Amino acid sequence: MNNKNIKILNVDKPLKLDCGKTINNFPLAYETYGSLNKNKDNAILIFHALTGDQYVTGLNPITNKDGWWSFAVGPNKSIDTNKYFIICANVIGGCMGSFGPNHENPETKKVYGTDFPVITINDMVNAQVNLLDFFDIKKLFSVVGGSMGGMQVLQFVSNFPNKTKTAVPIACTSSHSAQNIAFNELGRQAITADHNWLDGNYTYKKTIPDKGLAVARMAAHITYLSKKGLQEKFGRKLQERDDLKFGFDADFQIESYLRYQGSVFVDRFDANSYLYITRAMDYFDLVKQFNGNLSNAFKNTKAKFFVMSFTSDWLYPTQENKDIVIALNAIGADVGFVEIDSDKGHDSFLLNVPDFLNTLKNFLDTSYKE
Amino acid sequence: MKSEYKIILDLITENSRVLDVGCNDGTLMELLKESKNVDIRGIEISKEKVQLCISKGLTVIEGNAEFDLKQFPIDSFDYVVLGQTLQAFISPEIVINELLRVGKKAIVTIPNFGHWKVRLDLLTKGRMPVTKTLPNNWYNTPNIHMCTIKDFVSFSKIMNFKIFKSLALIDKKVSNINNSNLFFKNLFSELGIFLIEK
Repeated sequence: MNNKNIKILNVDKPLKLDCGKTINNFPLAYETYGSLNKNKDNAILIFHALTGDQYVTGLNPITNKDGWWSFAVGPNKSIDTNKYFIICANVIGGCMGSFGPNHENPETKKVYGTDFPVITINDMVNAQVNLLDFFDIKKLFSVVGGSMGGMQVLQFVSNFPNKTKTAVPIACTSSHSAQNIAFNELGRQAITADHNWLDGNYTYKKTIPDKGLAVARMAAHITYLSKKGLQEKFGRKLQERDDLKFGFDADFQIESYLRYQGSVFVDRFDANSYLYITRAMDYFDLVKQFNGNLSNAFKNTKAKFFVMSFTSDWLYPTQENKDIVIALNAIGADVGFVEIDSDKGHDSFLLNVPDFLNTLKNFLDTSYKE
Repeated sequence: MKSEYKIILDLITENSRVLDVGCNDGTLMELLKESKNVDIRGIEISKEKVQLCISKGLTVIEGNAEFDLKQFPIDSFDYVVLGQTLQAFISPEIVINELLRVGKKAIVTIPNFGHWKVRLDLLTKGRMPVTKTLPNNWYNTPNIHMCTIKDFVSFSKIMNFKIFKSLALIDKKVSNINNSNLFFKNLFSELGIFLIEK
């Protein structure tokens, strides 16, 4: 990783984490798109999902691939970079430049590994709010994010009720479900069962638990798709062969596809970061934080909310998104909601789903005019 | 402007909080926002129409009034509007109760099945009426609980709600409905418009 390409904000304000530890002088890697206007009222803070990073759109300089939200963010796109100033930071615990388990512990001069403190969604947004001070932005126009990004949207508005005009949580939840914790645990077990994981100290042996991390990614990837989407795209099609080979090679296209997804992931993602970030998602329970009443999380905000879910998303199903809408309506908050028709599963928010992209654009552009 | 919308607009006071149930493409919401400066929300069952409303900058949630009004606390709104859809619900009883729970007042409009053309159609042809306001056949109509203006008046007694104002729409003209003209209004109105209270 060429660190010279990464924009870093060094946060000197101490941050007290939920686990009890305090971190000081930590780096927050970020990227921006578009330009901040004179009134500084056109800024949108985008929160990335589990395996995302600060490179939302355009070419990611580290991976040389398109940014993770290239469909949605760019000139004249849903989140229009001609109009808005976009900020996105790599979450703490991540591996794209922000303070994470692959950083060196200044006290021990050793890479943190599993000595890195457990972080939460709350810690992530508390770290990122420093970017507002850095850019001298009093109030964002919007906070937007899907999946874990959506959880950060909810936590951000709850923590800083006056720091955004609008909020767009997409395909997310206010409380991580048992099913989602189960899938995350499966991924973590795959990583820690890899003999190259070495209790998290793989960096010293110049090795990585690539097999475990790939399996974690493969399992997770299935949860991002839908049964119908998989059936239509792959069915029982065979991979570059005319017949079954009676062995354990990738006979089916779906097997080959998953193996590919696993193998490219290990090149760009740190295994320990995967453990830390999935843990942060599992710990996310805004309902519990407000003693069982989610409405209380939002009672101090005048932000205009727009919640979106997808018909085929079984990881963060519509009902969990609707629970957020219900909590907001219970306190008379300004909230719109639509479930978008899509066969593409949870991944829909990252893909070219015109109804989703148009609706997101329409919400932002009409709200910006008001 | 549709005469029905004009009448609804006149019933709603300025700066109030309004919920439009089955807000369709948001036309009424926009009219109310512009002319009455109301704080207005919509609920709509069709995804396409919700998306259309969002593109107009309206705050709308996708949902079904039969199940999704539950989330609003008692008296959340000054007015709840239900335009020509009461007859399409599986349980109009639940919907009326819900409207009057979340709203201090409700405005309900109903296509009048007591109109003379409807009666004549059934009498002469012996078949379920198909008219301009009710264009579907019996087997594909969303209107599964048709009622007349008279039916709605007696429904108010059964369900124990007050009719504050009842208006008839005949040939784009509005008139009051009262006990003495109920027979005629029930025969000639295309639409009944009711301002109701608990």
